[in-house]
Amino acid sequence: MDLQTLSFLVVGATFVLYIGIAIWARAGSTSEFYVAGKGVNPILNGMATAADWMSAASFISMAGLIAFLGFTGGAYLMGWTGGYVLMALLLAPYLRKFGKFTVPEFIGDRFYSKTARIVAVISLLVISITYVIGQMRGVGIAFSNILEMDLAIGLLSGMVVVFIYAVFGGMKGITYTQIAQYVIMIFAYTVPAVFISLTLTGHAFPQIGLGSTLIGEDTQLLQALDQTLMDLGFAAYTSVTGMSLLNMFLLTLALMIGTAGLPHVIIRFFTVPRVRDARKSAGFALLFIGILYTTAPAVGAMAMYNFINTVQPGPVGDPQGNVVIEERPDWMLRWERTGLLEWEDKNEDGRLQYYNDADEEFAEMAREEWGWEGNEFTTIDRDIMVLANPQIAGLPNWVIALVAAGGIAAALSTAAGLLLAISSSISHDLMKGVLTPGISERSELLSGRIAMAAAILLAGYLGLNPPGFAAEVVALAFGLAAASLFPVLMMGIFVKKMNREGAIAGMLAGLGSTLLYIFLFKGWFFLPGTNMFPDTAEYWLLGINPTGFGVIGAILNFIAAFLVMKITKEPPEHIQHLVEDVRVPRVGTS
Amino acid sequence: MTLEESRAAYWKANLRLLAVLLTIWFVVSFGLGILLAQPLNTFSIGGYPLGFWFAQQGSMYTFIVLIFFYAWRMNALDRKFDVHEE
Repeated sequence: MDLQTLSFLVVGATFVLYIGIAIWARAGSTSEFYVAGKGVNPILNGMATAADWMSAASFISMAGLIAFLGFTGGAYLMGWTGGYVLMALLLAPYLRKFGKFTVPEFIGDRFYSKTARIVAVISLLVISITYVIGQMRGVGIAFSNILEMDLAIGLLSGMVVVFIYAVFGGMKGITYTQIAQYVIMIFAYTVPAVFISLTLTGHAFPQIGLGSTLIGEDTQLLQALDQTLMDLGFAAYTSVTGMSLLNMFLLTLALMIGTAGLPHVIIRFFTVPRVRDARKSAGFALLFIGILYTTAPAVGAMAMYNFINTVQPGPVGDPQGNVVIEERPDWMLRWERTGLLEWEDKNEDGRLQYYNDADEEFAEMAREEWGWEGNEFTTIDRDIMVLANPQIAGLPNWVIALVAAGGIAAALSTAAGLLLAISSSISHDLMKGVLTPGISERSELLSGRIAMAAAILLAGYLGLNPPGFAAEVVALAFGLAAASLFPVLMMGIFVKKMNREGAIAGMLAGLGSTLLYIFLFKGWFFLPGTNMFPDTAEYWLLGINPTGFGVIGAILNFIAAFLVMKITKEPPEHIQHLVEDVRVPRVGTS
Repeated sequence: MTLEESRAAYWKANLRLLAVLLTIWFVVSFGLGILLAQPLNTFSIGGYPLGFWFAQQGSMYTFIVLIFFYAWRMNALDRKFDVHEE
């Protein structure tokens, strides 16, 4: 069977599965629609949380990002997992104890203020909508690049499937589809990784393979990779280079705090029955995430090693050392068709050279000694490090089809979680909470479904017509979650005397300063050419990259909140009791 | 112990646990995985330079253990202070 037909079958089968789950898990009440009736098993919720969290970026892009960054790529690995420690220890159990439906609802009740709730809704919408654009792009990449299908058709079929299970099943439908999506995703990610690890090192676990010697040689895989990269003028893979330690520190911290403050992940912990389930569930979530996240660095390094050895099979500098263009492997031909891989034979030797021509000294030496006229790979999209993996390893077509299904599962599961956060904040926080408090449960459920349908249409539209700044806004989503929601949630639990005025001042300070800093370097509302300063290290305040500024925003949030708290009235008695109740799983009797 | 004292003691025990766990969280990732990675890279674990291992493997394993340890300790504290759920 050819790849095209097989891919249709595999992806089609997963879609049928999702729709089957949707029919089985319909939501009959607002509680089922918002929090799956609070009846989800903690281990299954861990799986659903892992799928909810691991997006198209984790599945498709992260390994490639690490492959080109080397050591500093660890910022993404630690940042996107370390945030769970903060969420599990500082937020999840307490918010579950509070026992309501949405994140802005907690902020509104805890700070006895509709204004605070509305500011939280605005943050949530900005964060979630920017995030959902990336997911839709991920669905597009999977369809157009792996399946070589029309992007619009792929996107539309994805939207229809999400529509069916998210609109009818709400959180309940989403939860059980996410569990299925996790299984598909983790299988699709680890199978090629295991094969590649076996081929290179003989170890089935890629986590061990990455730290092992190459088959038939005495050299360690990482040493060999370091050496080859240095021979080609790059920095060694494992060396501490790529970004300044300050920026690696700040980026890691911003991703951690941002992760902990993402509303669509936090609400997953509202679906388990008890506080202790929320704690346990967070552990399982990170365990399930960790399976992919500890595999990713191996995938990145091994794909990089394979890529370089394909291009440079012989000694560096030897005229016969590089791959002959006419004899390049099939997978390169395939990815050239998608435009994700492009080359140009600059020195017309009929062979391809990949090296660091940005290093002037090395480029000069390569020109004089070896007659190299520049790096000949004009485009290497980092996504192909994962997408081309099964082919590089010579795996059968069904694995390639599986990777497509996995990429789509990763994108759809995250999109659905985000869409639920968006629709519940509209129907529950804005309508029920502020605009039309008198509506019945039935009308609230209906408006939740309408909001969900509208959000899907908006996400689909943005997926088809991605704004030029799509890549930039992901950093914004994390920065804003770190600067606006996390500090105020944490203070709501840990600072009993924190009051309405402090919380609002804090959120506005965090949100405002982070937006301002990002806009200064990326352009006002990301309009090209409107940035006030070039986005380079010498213009950054104290050398701080805008992607790491969320940390500073979070600090400003805390400072502003405490200053304002000191000069305003302390919260009413019943709010202080509320905080005390949130802090214990059950009110004791002793 | 009155109810209020018991609650205060529970909260204090919780904060102490958090302080210990978050210190480990910070030291392993930001300390060993970032700030001290360069000197640590002269050592190795398996075939991994040690600093690199902390940044791309070790800190993640530590995070997982931290959360499960927290869940286990908190459940024990809940029972000790009689605030556990059914």
